[in-house]
Amino acid sequence: MSATSSTTPNYNFDIVKNFAFMAVVWGLIGMSAGVLIAAQLVWPELNFDLPYTTYSRLRPLHTNAVIFAFGGCALFATSYYVVQRTCQTRLFSDKLAKFTFWGWQAIILSAVVTLPLGLTSSKEYAELEWPIDILIAIVWIAYAIVFFGTIVKRTVSHIYVANWFYGGFILTVAVLHIGNSMAIPVSFTKSYSIYSGAVDAMMQWWYGHNAVGFFLTAGFLGMMYYFVPKQAERPVYSYRLSVVHFWALVSLYIWAGPHHLHYTALPDWTQSLGMVMSVVLFVPSWGGMINGIMTLSGAWHKLRTDPILRFMIVSLSFYGMSTFEGPMMAIKTVNALSHYTDWTVGHVHSGALGWVAMVSIGSLYHLIPKVFGREKMYSIKLINIHFWLATVGVVLYIVAMWISGVMEGMMWRQINADGTLTYSFVEIVAQKKPLNIIRWIGGLCCVAGMIIMLYNVVRTIRSEKTEAASVPSSTAQAV
Amino acid sequence: MDYGTYRGVYTIIMMLVFGGIIWWAYSKHSKKKFDHVAHSILDDEDIKKSNDKESETRQD
Repeated sequence: MSATSSTTPNYNFDIVKNFAFMAVVWGLIGMSAGVLIAAQLVWPELNFDLPYTTYSRLRPLHTNAVIFAFGGCALFATSYYVVQRTCQTRLFSDKLAKFTFWGWQAIILSAVVTLPLGLTSSKEYAELEWPIDILIAIVWIAYAIVFFGTIVKRTVSHIYVANWFYGGFILTVAVLHIGNSMAIPVSFTKSYSIYSGAVDAMMQWWYGHNAVGFFLTAGFLGMMYYFVPKQAERPVYSYRLSVVHFWALVSLYIWAGPHHLHYTALPDWTQSLGMVMSVVLFVPSWGGMINGIMTLSGAWHKLRTDPILRFMIVSLSFYGMSTFEGPMMAIKTVNALSHYTDWTVGHVHSGALGWVAMVSIGSLYHLIPKVFGREKMYSIKLINIHFWLATVGVVLYIVAMWISGVMEGMMWRQINADGTLTYSFVEIVAQKKPLNIIRWIGGLCCVAGMIIMLYNVVRTIRSEKTEAASVPSSTAQAV
Repeated sequence: MDYGTYRGVYTIIMMLVFGGIIWWAYSKHSKKKFDHVAHSILDDEDIKKSNDKESETRQD
């Protein structure tokens, strides 16, 4: 960190570099796994007739890789960067931060090994078995100590709003993970949840939806509140709104889980409560989205020349779209059509690829040159190509899944005069084939974008080494 | 106090707390401080004022 350390000697950027680079690598790997299993849905032979490469085992690998490996590394990188810069102090503990990096990579690698082997607790987004769960809890507590320790030793009086979101995310994920992963081990690789029946289902989706709400939303809103103003070079549209946004979001999200269990054994009143709370959640979500987008008011022209800013603003548009779609799908009558169909898959990807991935990619493009002491990324043109690939990819994906999902839901409902089903399940699967091909192409676009990003990042890092001596000590106004 | 009453009281307290947060966030008193905080992340970059001109000319 030769060039950087001369201007900002107090910050630990090494840990940010590690996490930022691994975020790009895991993003590429996780999305590639997604493209493979999307292809399996069209061409089943691609499971190679091996148990390790079947859809059922690779699907949790894909979700874990994109959420916890890609998203997780991006969150670690940006939170360690933001907390240092906004608190104007070095991380609380370098050693503990290093432990979170190697611990997190070890967890990811153990997922890469155990999931294809079929070792799973079978809880969605919490598939990893108990020894890995314990490691996650330990690493997460270390993360909390580093983050909150840094906030305690800050040299400025106020805690910037991005840190509130990061802090809420870290605290809640600890509670969710430990609560949902409670299990009784029967061997080193097998355990059973201590919950049973409808309670187990409710615990699972209390965890599952708040993984969306806190891991995939609150953390990335922290990113938004720092990197959008920085890239736009304007203060956030309304700091007051951001305060209300934070408290409204964290107090409402926690109640939305039951919408994953409509028309199941969960008590009807719990389903209705979950539905109402999910619809209410629309308000803070859009408050935050508007706050992010309006930060650009008076500087819209910057979108014409700055693809990094475009990544961020388009990510917020997808956030707005999916947080409108989500409350709508949580309404029981809508859910009766959408549940278990591709519509849900499309909704998740408009949130995950559109919002989470794009805001992370934008933030990483902003952050990487800064922590590596470069003025800007190696190629702005390649960022622009990445932007269009990602946007086209996401749009192809979600449009295909909307059509496929609604069609599937309608076909499942068709009943003949004598009460029998009009279509067999496999007939509907065959009908979805062209749409699944479009979805696969959309995924390919996203992966192509990540390959370009990795190349761009590597060139940025390598150019620093060769020109280290000539890099000015400027604090990198960037782009 | 039975459980139903407790929950009713708790809900009212929570509503008041939330109303308090909104009142605090939008009070005149907080505005100055918030404006300062919102600008603080942008000022952070300008530690080396002397380099600003240089980097500005380099922008395209």
